[in-house]
Amino acid sequence: MDALEDRVLDGNAIGGMLIEVFGAEMTTAVGTCGKCGTRGQVAEMAVYRSELGSVVRCRVCDNVLMVFVAIREVTCVDLRGLASLS
Amino acid sequence: MSPISRGFHRRHQEAEPAGRVPPGQYVTHDFPVLSAGPTPHTRLSDWTFSIEGSQSPASWTWEEFQALPHETVTVDIHCVTRWSKLDTAWTGVSLDVLLDAVSYTAPYVLAFCDGGYTTNLPVADLTDGKAWVAYSYNGSALAPEHGGPARLLVPHLYFWKSAKWVRGLRLRDTDAPGFWETYGYHMYGDPWREQRYAGD
Amino acid sequence: MAGTAVRGRLTWQTATVGTVTDETSKVRTLSLDVPGWGGHQAGQHLDIALTADDGYRAERSYSIASAPGEPVAITVERLDDGEVSPYLTEDVQIGDEIEVRGPIGGYFIWDPPVSGDGPLLLAAGGSGVVPLRAIIRHRCLVGSSVPVRLLYSVRSQAEVIYRSELDHLNQEADGVKVIYTLTRQQPPGWTGYARRVDQQMMAEVVWPVASAPAASAPPASAPLAYVCGPTNFVEAVASDLVALGYPPQRVKTERFGATGTP
Repeated sequence: MDALEDRVLDGNAIGGMLIEVFGAEMTTAVGTCGKCGTRGQVAEMAVYRSELGSVVRCRVCDNVLMVFVAIREVTCVDLRGLASLS
Repeated sequence: MSPISRGFHRRHQEAEPAGRVPPGQYVTHDFPVLSAGPTPHTRLSDWTFSIEGSQSPASWTWEEFQALPHETVTVDIHCVTRWSKLDTAWTGVSLDVLLDAVSYTAPYVLAFCDGGYTTNLPVADLTDGKAWVAYSYNGSALAPEHGGPARLLVPHLYFWKSAKWVRGLRLRDTDAPGFWETYGYHMYGDPWREQRYAGD
Repeated sequence: MAGTAVRGRLTWQTATVGTVTDETSKVRTLSLDVPGWGGHQAGQHLDIALTADDGYRAERSYSIASAPGEPVAITVERLDDGEVSPYLTEDVQIGDEIEVRGPIGGYFIWDPPVSGDGPLLLAAGGSGVVPLRAIIRHRCLVGSSVPVRLLYSVRSQAEVIYRSELDHLNQEADGVKVIYTLTRQQPPGWTGYARRVDQQMMAEVVWPVASAPAASAPPASAPLAYVCGPTNFVEAVASDLVALGYPPQRVKTERFGATGTP
């Protein structure tokens, strides 16, 4: 496994930010990938986290499910890769 | 107001203002890897670089690409996350060579990459010796985690514009935000004017 | 949804460092005094923030090392190129102030009324042992008799975190068993595992899982696995567990990235 794959986290790692953004605990929320239909808990989604932002991807097809970018106290949230989140 | 944690300080001190280090940056001797997705592993036999969106689109296979005139340059690179790395050596094909193969009038490009990453640039920032498609770093083949087999190299802009795993450019009449630009990073990204975020 | 007052919103609170315990040469446990701490569940984490006098702010996440009802504690491993961990493991003193927010996490939690009474298979890679230790402490404090096996992968005996506590659990033989695998260096006479976790080792260690018809949900008394540590450790162990018949929904994972702490 190459070094980059070792760095991939999961939704647990952004738990605090998710509460900030959604106002609720989200790691047990179930999301459906808009591309392949895979359903899974946010805690188990693949999270690519860097100082640029956090990109949450489907573990099965790598489709971008959510993007969070925090710039100057404002977090931009993009959920368009999800067919649903509940 | 946040309490001060006694004795805590940032790890990297900002560089003294000098000709080589843009404002707000610190010099690193590492080569940090930041990523938005899994590392693509495109076989060279499948790899092409294309310039689309003109009346004379062009495309090169890896063999054709390797046969183009190439050069080795030593440049400083500056990441929006505040690290700068000085004197990095790259080998690649100048965008002047690649853009000379197409006839175009469009002023902008969107660079596109394996894995879906995109970033936007003015064509004028790719020409006249300012940019390359680089396939070798420090004398060795560019590692996949750093964008290999080939990445864009545009050292005068913040390094998110030097798109990893680049596969081509789409010429455009208008400037459309790429991946990070869509979420608030600056459309242009000049480190010397500290254009990190939209509105800077 | 944005902008409305919602139950569970996190706020940063000022915490004071209470006690400082060196676990190994690189690992330290800090107990924190957080006025108004609302309690936590076993397996949760908290975020901490440090502010320097020039206003520079750094945030990190650490698993809570203590059980519900105990004072909040975190266990931090010093990363050689770290920014926060060297401060927390070397510089911080009793009485120093840091900011915390939490507790965080609704997935990687063990809570008997919700989690059921299935035997626990805990797998720790390095500092991944921290939330699992909280789970074990909770199990003991509430007087649960749920059997627990902790498979703890660590480079050498010197790097075992909570060593005396874990060895004591083994001696007590009260239903908690700790199995070490020392992957790089073993003491003379070591007869335990001495390699990275693999499917053979897992097969020897884990609670067997009765095969169930595919359509039915596993019973609440089926084994429950919690895997925590570096990403490559978690990926390998989780897939081994599934290959050994653990339903994926009975395997909970928490990845710490390449270096062992998020």
